[in-house]
Amino acid sequence: MPSNKSVSDAPITQFVNCRILKNHRLQWEDLWVREGKILSPEKLFFDEEGFADHKVDCGNKIIAPGLIDVQINGGYGIDFSQASGDIRRGVAQVAKKILEHGVTSFCPTLVTSPPDIYHKVIPELRVQDGGPEGAGVLGIHLEGPFISEQKRGAHPPKFLRTFKAGGVADLMETYGHLDNVAMVTLAPELANSAAAIRELSGRGIAVSLGHSMADLSQAEEAVQNGAMFITHLFNAMLPFHHRDPGIVGLLTSDRIPPGRMVYYGMIADGIHTHPAALRIAHRAHPAGLVLVTDAVTAMGLPPGQHTLGQQQIDIQGLHAYVAGTTTLSGSIATMDMCVRHFREVSGCTVEAALEAASLHPAQLLDISHRKGTLEYGTDADFVVLDDTLTVRETYIAGQQVWRK
Amino acid sequence: MRLVILDDYDLASEWAAKYIRNRIIQFKPTADRYFTLGLPTGELKSCPITPLGCYRKLIEYHKNGDLSFKYVKTFNMDEYVGLPRDHPESYHSYMWNNFFKHIDIEPQNTHILDGNTSDLQAECEAFERKITAAGGIELFVGGIGPDGHIAFNEPGSSLVSRTRVKTLAKDTIVANARFFGNDLSKVPTMTLTVGVGTVMDAREVMILITGAHKAFALYKAIEEGVNHMWTVSAFQQHPQTIFVCDEDATLELRVKTVKYFKGLMHVHNQLVEPMLSMKDYMD
Repeated sequence: MPSNKSVSDAPITQFVNCRILKNHRLQWEDLWVREGKILSPEKLFFDEEGFADHKVDCGNKIIAPGLIDVQINGGYGIDFSQASGDIRRGVAQVAKKILEHGVTSFCPTLVTSPPDIYHKVIPELRVQDGGPEGAGVLGIHLEGPFISEQKRGAHPPKFLRTFKAGGVADLMETYGHLDNVAMVTLAPELANSAAAIRELSGRGIAVSLGHSMADLSQAEEAVQNGAMFITHLFNAMLPFHHRDPGIVGLLTSDRIPPGRMVYYGMIADGIHTHPAALRIAHRAHPAGLVLVTDAVTAMGLPPGQHTLGQQQIDIQGLHAYVAGTTTLSGSIATMDMCVRHFREVSGCTVEAALEAASLHPAQLLDISHRKGTLEYGTDADFVVLDDTLTVRETYIAGQQVWRK
Repeated sequence: MRLVILDDYDLASEWAAKYIRNRIIQFKPTADRYFTLGLPTGELKSCPITPLGCYRKLIEYHKNGDLSFKYVKTFNMDEYVGLPRDHPESYHSYMWNNFFKHIDIEPQNTHILDGNTSDLQAECEAFERKITAAGGIELFVGGIGPDGHIAFNEPGSSLVSRTRVKTLAKDTIVANARFFGNDLSKVPTMTLTVGVGTVMDAREVMILITGAHKAFALYKAIEEGVNHMWTVSAFQQHPQTIFVCDEDATLELRVKTVKYFKGLMHVHNQLVEPMLSMKDYMD
């Protein structure tokens, strides 16, 4: 029975026989979609006296919001930090492949690079909606170059920078443009970082602390200036110490301004963090946990030597090292693998594992009014999963963009 | 009056649902001749639970393929004034979540008073006209409050009243506060309700009464006189009324009354056995 079309002529699809992640619980509810958004069936019934045009039987599977990866450096041979070749095509290739992992939106990440790379690449990585061509780009994550030398990890030392005056001038000189930038990772102990943090926060760019030697009070000051994320907790920062917890202490700090929260990224690939450490962080501050892949160029590729930023890396099994060293240089796990691994080692609920990869990153980027949830009126980006949390189908704007 | 007494809430809900199911199927509704059903709404917070068990059984019959609501029109008894339609405590939300979304009823065949219009009086009058236009109500199902009210016709309501605006009693508002975050300022103070007269016009009336807290009201409704202080007593003057209750609800009745009606259960049960099914009529 067709609707009376009083609001819209667009077809309405009803996904039945499914459990949807809503209000932090998996519920036996149907999911209704129209014109790329989640539709309220109650409003449809009473206000429009409408009906579904198509019904899709989900076979008892789980429907969760599409996964969001805020730290991914490339994959499938593509390196976002390389300025060679067709940058947009490279991003598009990765964007298309990650649909298979249930990722519907992501932040292409640039590691520490020289200014000319930033000036060239940043304007090419535009914010754009996802679709059948690939996951949507939410904005760029600039990881560096204003980071600590001692905690640079795989970042090339010669391109690290410090703030001269700290304000816009430093940022613009280095990056060139800040449009299309969603997040910047920096080390707050660098002199004059406060002004930079305030400048970036003021522009709606998420400031993340990482690759840093900061102690807890420096980290807290950064949070007071607007920082609200920690880049791959535990990695590339001082270890937790019981008399100076360092950046890790932000998880339980009592000096976070009221009404704000600190989120923290974790690479749950089983390699970057010991499961016990993952559990400690999760139990200390479950609402702030954001799963990230920090995937590198080699993700999706066979073992061997590949390029990341300005360096060579070496793939051995599920490990990716800076060539010739034992320093990890990012992971090659996929987002859905991270969700499964996190659930398995933390013993958390399915809902919590899925939210760590969807709702929390959306909240971090302040876009949870349209992404990361299945609330009425939000974008219909979602994944269909079976009970082992394997992705079976991916949808963007209500359209199926990938199926197993 | 028929007084049908079952052992407990679940059995009473089931009996009522079976009765509704048989009535709809016997009627053989079609596109030219709808079955009009009056429905109790959400739990009045002062008398919780009652219709839910019955709705659940009806949904079960539908999912089994035995009952279809395609040619059924429904009219709900009441709705709060000024509460947004999609507020979780509105009766629209209650009916959607607990009934409509699980069955095949068509939206244009459901009627619930709109408590958000600018002219409430006109909305009430329009509702009465819609009932008339639908050919009157075949079966009106309702519950009663501990004070014997039907719909929101609280004690003192005229027994010939029609659909109108009613102000809630202080007790009701306070009882409802817990559903509105204990903030009295957020609790609706007025409702739109069908009148006693409106329900009396139905060809048949079925009242569900379960629980010991309703026992006194049931006693007043059927063993004492017709009285506007206990508005359900009006149905003593309706030619076709069934009261479906559980043991607890009979606690204030005379033993004689209970024994008499329990003795008639074999007759009452002929109304629900055999249970009819749409499947028998589909071919």
